[in-house]
Amino acid sequence: MMDNALIIRSADKFRGKTQVLTDVDLVVAPGERVALLGHNGAGKSTLIKMILGLTSIDGGDISIDGAKPGSNVARARTAFLPESVNFHPTLTGREQLTLFARLAGGDRPDIDALLDRVGLSEATNNRIATYSKGMRQRLGLAQVLLGQPKVALLDEPTSGLDPISRQDLYAIINELAAHGTAVLIASHALTEVEAQTDRIAILRKGIKVADDTLANLSHNAGLPTRMRILVQAGQADQIAKATGGERINGASVELYCDANQKMQELRRIAAMGDVVADIELTPPRLEDLYRHYSKEGQT
Amino acid sequence: MIARIFALARAEMLILRRNWWLMMATGIMMLFALALTFAGSAPTGTLGVDMLTISVSSMTTLAVYLAPLLALMMSFDAIAGERDRGTLSLLLTYPAGRGEILMGKFLAQVTALGIATALGLGSAGIVAALYGGASPESLIALSRLIATATLLGAVFVALGYGLSALAKSPAAAAGLAAGLWLVFVVLFDLGLLGAVVMDGGGIFTQKIFPWVMVANPADAFRVWNIAASEGVALASGMGGAAKTLPNWAAPVSLLLWPLLAFVSARAVFRRVEP
Ligand SMILES: Nc1ncnc2c1ncn2[C@@H]1O[C@H](COP(=O)(O)OP(=O)(O)O)[C@@H](O)[C@H]1O
Ligand SMILES: [Mg+2]
Repeated sequence: MMDNALIIRSADKFRGKTQVLTDVDLVVAPGERVALLGHNGAGKSTLIKMILGLTSIDGGDISIDGAKPGSNVARARTAFLPESVNFHPTLTGREQLTLFARLAGGDRPDIDALLDRVGLSEATNNRIATYSKGMRQRLGLAQVLLGQPKVALLDEPTSGLDPISRQDLYAIINELAAHGTAVLIASHALTEVEAQTDRIAILRKGIKVADDTLANLSHNAGLPTRMRILVQAGQADQIAKATGGERINGASVELYCDANQKMQELRRIAAMGDVVADIELTPPRLEDLYRHYSKEGQT
Repeated sequence: MIARIFALARAEMLILRRNWWLMMATGIMMLFALALTFAGSAPTGTLGVDMLTISVSSMTTLAVYLAPLLALMMSFDAIAGERDRGTLSLLLTYPAGRGEILMGKFLAQVTALGIATALGLGSAGIVAALYGGASPESLIALSRLIATATLLGAVFVALGYGLSALAKSPAAAAGLAAGLWLVFVVLFDLGLLGAVVMDGGGIFTQKIFPWVMVANPADAFRVWNIAASEGVALASGMGGAAKTLPNWAAPVSLLLWPLLAFVSARAVFRRVEP
């Protein structure tokens, strides 16, 4: 446990009388990339603000590399990319980054190299007022790279980015992780983070309902595979009856089966002969998985 | 800590320069100071003081209104604006403490105000001196005016931070700032005047009134400038109340206020959740 960069233990948070986080446990090891998923209002941003010491912790405790949230040590060791990041419009990208570098202390970083790294070298001396949302997001990323953070907290980092920028974003996240930074990425869209993270934690209404690798989550969810059988014209009703599936239209039938019964089912359908023209298999999609874990009544 | 405060102050100064605030404040100060200096130049001969003295006296009255106004215009947005733009949360995750953030802004904004005051009132003073004469005494009075006007501005810069931290939005902060200005600069004196008239020269007027008056930084500023220079007192025609107070009263009040205002602004800012 001690070598985890970020440890959250049974964290609670109240907003007025409503509890927005309940007994949340989460650990992130150095170099690990963890996705924090949940619908809007699930409590992702609130949890991040608690880690940063921007809002009080009403129960449980949080340790950032051994330090308390909001302490000088913790602030020096964390990097943060806020949800829809913003800066002072009158400053230029370079001036804003220089200010952050001076506030962070430590070695003078190469500001130009950093701005180049996030693809802002053309706009370094332009005022931030002229930046697009994507460019502000890039500037936000550049300040995450200042210093050598032990913990990086990225709140919806892909919002406002085009697909190419997303690739850049993940290259940067991977670079951070490779240097031993524990990275926590909050997102409401699973597809954004699936392939790029080591572990996925899902928050539903302030309760952590899942925390595992993507492979294990899929396995444990036991979601069915969808089969779509394309049949010869006019045979759909007959095949639907024979397979126990549902007629979609005159030429196709759909049915669901568990992952472990897939082959058996395929053999049975193949044996039906020429009536079956084709079979399409769709394994459970990530969105289904996400929906499964964030569904009401699931704990 | 010092390095962080200076980094913040430098960025703030850049913003004040770039958004024309510094130019505008200097221009406004200069315009009003020149206008008043020439409007008030008529009675020079009768009082037997040089024109710079008259000018300092009119500019004292001007600065009572203008320095707090400019200070609040600059400071009301400091925290509310950052929170509104969403820049505050990121700033607060850096190792700079809230007191440091406030101090960085304070240094820059008070410096800007000092520059605007020195250029604005100073140039009007020089014009007055060239036009109608000056003396070592009136030059000292001018320097005192510039220094104390900046100090008065510092009080309201810090008070502005306090209400900027209290307000839920920049618009609310602007409203609070207008109210604060009205209370300190206009209503307070009106209230005192009313009390003095009602009292009719009794105990309140003689013993309590001067102290209550000097507790207001705007009046402390006025009293300091008037009491320190006989010529200015003569020209302003209101040395009366100032005379009953010990010499240290006004300077102590005007020096304590920025400190108290800053400390309370920091206390309010500490409780702000971005
Ligand atoms: N400053 C605040 N004051 C009151 N309620 C808040 C505040 N911030 C967030 N909430 C509430 O807390 C819950 C979690 O919000 P949030 O952490 O922003 O969710 P997410 O980031 O997962 O979309 C929501 O119900 C939201 O309305
Ligand atoms: Mg959020």
